[in-house]
Amino acid sequence: MKRLVILGAGTAGTTLANRLVKRPEWDGWHLTVIDATREHYYQPGFLLLPFGVYRKEDVVRPKRYYLPTSAELIFAEVERIRPDHKRVELADGRKVPYDVLVIATGTDVHPEETPGLQEHEWLRSIHTFYTFDGAVALARALRTFKEGRLVINIVEMPIKCPVAPLEFAFLADWYFTHRGLRDRVEIVYATPLPGAFTRPKASEMLGNLLAERNIKVVSEFNVMEVDPDKRLLRSYDEQEIEYDLLVSIPLHLGAEAIARSEMGDEYNFVPTDRHTLLAKGYDDIFVLGDATDLPASKAGSVAHFQVDVFVENFRRYVDGLELLPLFDGHSNCFIETGYGKGVLIDFNYDVEPLPGMFPLPGVGPMPLLRESRVNHWGKLLFHWVYWNMLLRGHELPIPARMSMAGKEIEEAVS
Amino acid sequence: MTVKTAKTLEELGIQLDAEGFLVNPDDWTPEIAEIIAREEGIELTDRHWEVINFVRTYYEEHGEPPTLRAITKRGGIPTKELYQLFPKGPAKKVARIAGLGKPKGCI
Ligand SMILES: Cc1cc2nc3c(=O)[nH]c(=O)nc-3n(C[C@H](O)[C@H](O)[C@H](O)COP(=O)(O)OP(=O)(O)OC[C@H]3O[C@@H](n4cnc5c(N)ncnc54)[C@H](O)[C@@H]3O)c2cc1C
Repeated sequence: MKRLVILGAGTAGTTLANRLVKRPEWDGWHLTVIDATREHYYQPGFLLLPFGVYRKEDVVRPKRYYLPTSAELIFAEVERIRPDHKRVELADGRKVPYDVLVIATGTDVHPEETPGLQEHEWLRSIHTFYTFDGAVALARALRTFKEGRLVINIVEMPIKCPVAPLEFAFLADWYFTHRGLRDRVEIVYATPLPGAFTRPKASEMLGNLLAERNIKVVSEFNVMEVDPDKRLLRSYDEQEIEYDLLVSIPLHLGAEAIARSEMGDEYNFVPTDRHTLLAKGYDDIFVLGDATDLPASKAGSVAHFQVDVFVENFRRYVDGLELLPLFDGHSNCFIETGYGKGVLIDFNYDVEPLPGMFPLPGVGPMPLLRESRVNHWGKLLFHWVYWNMLLRGHELPIPARMSMAGKEIEEAVS
Repeated sequence: MTVKTAKTLEELGIQLDAEGFLVNPDDWTPEIAEIIAREEGIELTDRHWEVINFVRTYYEEHGEPPTLRAITKRGGIPTKELYQLFPKGPAKKVARIAGLGKPKGCI
């Protein structure tokens, strides 16, 4: 038996495990999945928890239920990868050999990296919705917030789901409007980016929407420290923003185990081939999901497309054929804009998010780069799709490679 | 005014893309760095050059410009100082002055 070992049973690792064991070429392989923790979180739900849309039970389930029974499951922290010995060493001293290794250890937030953030006001006047505990605490804070300035701040890019902070701003507008408090709550969006989003076209569209909703954008704001007592953010170039309630999206780093293995860049992300997903410099280690250093969104949809690419190439790998450069950076995001509406964007390494219809050209039902109710339902439906189809490894009707069908090119954009 | 009759990029026939980066990175010379820096309102000192040289060496080794974090962690230049040397978005500014493409950092 040959051994394939997956590090991390999150979105990418779990989906991959379920997809692989169904393939005919899997015959003769043994699967080991290693993860440090037992709960699987539906992270997109962290956005909605603070607004009372989801309850805790909606976003957390045991990892074990979602992994194939034929897989050997090890709950332990990965200490380091030893490519020279083709094995993984665990914190409890165990050593797990591999023939093929898949790194899917994701990324996590590190509030301790910004002075003042995770000190005595943490989870009091300073919050985050990027962790489960954070989202739960923020739900309480929002319920009791009656007036003042709410500041949403991205510490540094890249972050996972780069649209989530925007969605939070839109939902906060809707939430406080709904509660009749909007005229007493000021909403400020402070970002290190030059505009609302990373891609120019979507940035413009979303920027306009923010203005319409009376959400103030402070761009190119690079926070150096937080003063938890004076309640202000200070940037490296000495601008200050005062807040009453701070919602921070802290620095993201890849797993510490990647750094210990000396396989990461300065963010502990693994340098990865853009198209084959092989870890650079290795021919038996692949990287999927948020753990890569690729210039693609760190999103569940991207992890899903990468799994498609890996599975397709795995057959070739087994047959000793050259890997195909199949991954194109395809990313697909629903953006909640509040009031029961949403925007859908679809893009890749080279193509900007464009307006149009998705997934069927002309028909949709989902319009691209435009607000609509259908997109909002799409996002809510994704919750069901995630637990019941995506993680379970059922094929979704969206191809891994981005399609230009249904997209309106340039001239159509006014 | 003490401004010497420095050439402009146009006079030198150097093309920039929509975001102000060199279209052809091979065009780069220290003189061009000085011109782009001046456009940004920066007068280059030795300390600026330390950063620029680090960034260019990094590019040769990695095939892409370093992120801010790479400059501070690997180049050993404190973030605060980087912002003093290259105010507002230092990673992007240094990459531009050093004649490299836009740093990826984010999507
Ligand atoms: C607030 C929020 C909203 C989001 N919204 C969306 C959305 O709307 N749409 C979308 O597509 N995506 C969204 N995402 C992003 C999406 O959740 C992630 O991109 C996706 O989960 C990445 O999958 P992954 O498998 O790479 O990492 P993860 O799912 O994070 O899994 C990584 C796993 O590795 C394990 N691990 C890490 N280190 C070790 C170690 N040393 N030893 C053992 N195990 C280890 C962890 O325990 C974890 O289980 C959102 C994320 C957040 C935080």
